[in-house]
Amino acid sequence: MNSLFNQELSHRSSFIGWVAILAALFFTCAIILLSGSSPVAVFHSIIIGAFATPDRFARVFTTLVPLLLCGCGLMFTFTAGLYNLGIEGQIAFGAIAAMVPLQLGQSLPAPFLLLLAIVAGAAGGMLWGLLAGCLNVFGRINEIFAGLGLNFAVDGLALYLVFGPWKRPGVASMSGTEPLPEFLWLPTIGNTDASLISISIAIIALYCTFLILRGSYFGLRLRAVGSNLRASYVLGISSIQQLLSAFAICGGLAGVAGAFQVIGVFHRLIPNISSNLGFLALLVAMLARTKVWVLLPIALFFSVLTVGSLQLPLELSLESSLSGILQGTLVLFILLSRGLNQFFNQRGV
Amino acid sequence: MSYLYIDYFEELGLSRFLWLHKGEDTMNVEFQHISKSFGVLRANDDISFKIKAGSIHGLLGENGAGKSTLVKILSGFLFRDRGTILLDGQPVSIRSPWDGIRFGIGMLHQDPLDFPPMTVLDNFMIGKPGWLTRRHQARQQFNYWIHQFNFKLDADELVTDLTVGERQQLEIVRLLSLGVKTLILDEPTTGISAVQKDLLFAAVRQLAQKGQSIIFVSHKLEDVNSLCDRLTVMRQGKIAGHLTTPCQDSAVIQLIFDRELSLPVKSSTRQEETLLELTNIKVQGDRIGLAISHLAISRGEVIGLAGLEGNGQQLLLQMCAGLVKPTKGTILIHHQDLTSRPYKDYLKAGVGYSPADRLGDGLIPGLSIHEHLALRTPSPHWFIHWKHILETTHHIIELFNIRGKPHTKVEHLSGGNQQRTQIALLPIPLNVLLMEHPTRGLDIESGLWIWQQLMSRCEGGTTILFMSSDLDEIMQYSDRVLVFCGGHVSEPIEVTSLTVERLGRLIGGRFENELTTIA
Repeated sequence: MNSLFNQELSHRSSFIGWVAILAALFFTCAIILLSGSSPVAVFHSIIIGAFATPDRFARVFTTLVPLLLCGCGLMFTFTAGLYNLGIEGQIAFGAIAAMVPLQLGQSLPAPFLLLLAIVAGAAGGMLWGLLAGCLNVFGRINEIFAGLGLNFAVDGLALYLVFGPWKRPGVASMSGTEPLPEFLWLPTIGNTDASLISISIAIIALYCTFLILRGSYFGLRLRAVGSNLRASYVLGISSIQQLLSAFAICGGLAGVAGAFQVIGVFHRLIPNISSNLGFLALLVAMLARTKVWVLLPIALFFSVLTVGSLQLPLELSLESSLSGILQGTLVLFILLSRGLNQFFNQRGV
Repeated sequence: MSYLYIDYFEELGLSRFLWLHKGEDTMNVEFQHISKSFGVLRANDDISFKIKAGSIHGLLGENGAGKSTLVKILSGFLFRDRGTILLDGQPVSIRSPWDGIRFGIGMLHQDPLDFPPMTVLDNFMIGKPGWLTRRHQARQQFNYWIHQFNFKLDADELVTDLTVGERQQLEIVRLLSLGVKTLILDEPTTGISAVQKDLLFAAVRQLAQKGQSIIFVSHKLEDVNSLCDRLTVMRQGKIAGHLTTPCQDSAVIQLIFDRELSLPVKSSTRQEETLLELTNIKVQGDRIGLAISHLAISRGEVIGLAGLEGNGQQLLLQMCAGLVKPTKGTILIHHQDLTSRPYKDYLKAGVGYSPADRLGDGLIPGLSIHEHLALRTPSPHWFIHWKHILETTHHIIELFNIRGKPHTKVEHLSGGNQQRTQIALLPIPLNVLLMEHPTRGLDIESGLWIWQQLMSRCEGGTTILFMSSDLDEIMQYSDRVLVFCGGHVSEPIEVTSLTVERLGRLIGGRFENELTTIA
């Protein structure tokens, strides 16, 4: 009898979930219609934009990598009850840190240098994450504000480097530093942008995140601290250590994403090197909630939208930010559906 | 009568006559086939009975019997899965506490739900319909109500400074001023003084005479017997039976537990060795400070901390647990100076602390019993051996008689089962065990069971310090008693030389010898 009742509940929650997705689609269609275009044409164009050529398809995966890495990182901070909005800055600082060995040690062998760049990226991101963590834990600053503040700081630093010490000889411009020599580019599949190395690292990160959060003492302690700080302290869990570790891991993974942005995507440092993928990863992680594996399909879907919509201005002379609207409404409607679900469960209707 | 009319009265400053003009004050409440489940747990299973207007109806049962669930359904905090609630014969759907108040049902919670940083008057005005606040009228209304019941409350005092009993009084007048006709009292006599209890009972009787119905949820047989007209006993989510007062305690106990109970025999387990020693201690809490010149406690001894709530008992326990640092003095535990050491060292020295606020300080909502156990089990490995943990959890659940499954989240356990879980999580062996209200909110049988566990720990050489507002509990289980009053601590008193009367006098502040005098 009881399991029947529970089944009914889960039926209803998945029903509400589907309604939310449909509602988001309708809402986006309405906006497309208002902007004077046809939804069918837009979705067609997005799909063409993402899958028509191997090059575009590969770009879906280059976008997927930072989304997955950051999504994994954010799983740790969410579990610890933290909203790490500083993830953007952690990507950027990781990118800057990855630039350092590339700028200084060009005489070293390329594979070693690339590895060094990834490690430096991880270390840089970790440092920036820890900084936000220290502000939060010791300075009692809300992690949202600490993170946002540090995002601005690292933006300034990137601009200073692009226009100052690392500027292109003669022409300092927003287009970034002098491009890296081609032997320092991350090896890719054929002539596309996608790299097996970055994709495998992202998948490994996903698997490790899954293992750690599901089955390790660290993951359990993180959940404990995220759910009740006081009681975990009384139970003898060092909350400071757990919170700082969450920040460090998240920053580290974001830093690796930043390093890949440098060596795999832009091949130089540019201002806004994160391309707002950190914020997008926040949405991905929010949708995945506690289910680590769900990150993969959601992140894939979001990268398809992001890459596909790049074709919109060319084919339909529409803003490519339309995909942002679709992503945003999707997240809002799904969060809304969860809220509704909880509301109905409490009421026991 | 409509709210418009009421507003009209308030406009004229006639609010104090409101009560008389609000139409019928009486209400019959009837439950029909009420059922409610939490996951696999059936908290209420086909509950049907009537509560007549103008009566005081006692609701009894052991922990997890479903009393709280039932009254929460009536007051709108929970919604039933099945069944009907009839008010004066009309089926109603109460979907939120606000709905409940509109239908005339108000609930006084075990821990009053108020807003401590605000004043008494602000709290009184919260929940009033309408957009504008009329402080003057509200004050008149407030004074009218407290005068009715001889409550001594100051409208401008901060709620932070009130005792639990006074906060209860505030909540009662607030609910009545909102037009509540059925008042639910959930364990109202825990943590309040004898005087406050008399006042509360007088108020409740007065309300019943005026035709209001009262639902009184309690564990305490004497309270129920002296106050209620009729009793309903619940057992495992069902109705076990009804009784009309006065009735024999044994008859009630028989209904509650389906068997007879006996008190455990307390034998002294005190040993020679001194385990805990405090010297020249000064410690400051949020609201109260303590000074103790010298206190030595032996291995296996049980020390009861008596006194009204908030007189420093908790502060002493938290200091001995290493959670609050003294500003002066030394703490020796098991010959180790732990005074300025971190909390971790206290844990290593075998100090265990069991807080009163179980879901706030002791357990982690969102985590299940077996996850708590995994957190507590130290392991050299990185990854958790879930199968092993699950086996241990099954064992612990059986051993500690916890009503729940390994995967049950702690917030879905009843209060008594949360306490059992909390005690199950304490490491074995312990040198010092510090307990806040070991049996608060627990039924008699659970309470006896808990103390059996604690006694066997004492036999194993654990020293127990516990605070309790239940004088009988203090007299029953302590070897020596410390009495707390306004930051003063009495000398430890041998329980053999104490009577409940003398203890009551001491709690009232008439100390014979103090520990407080400090060099």
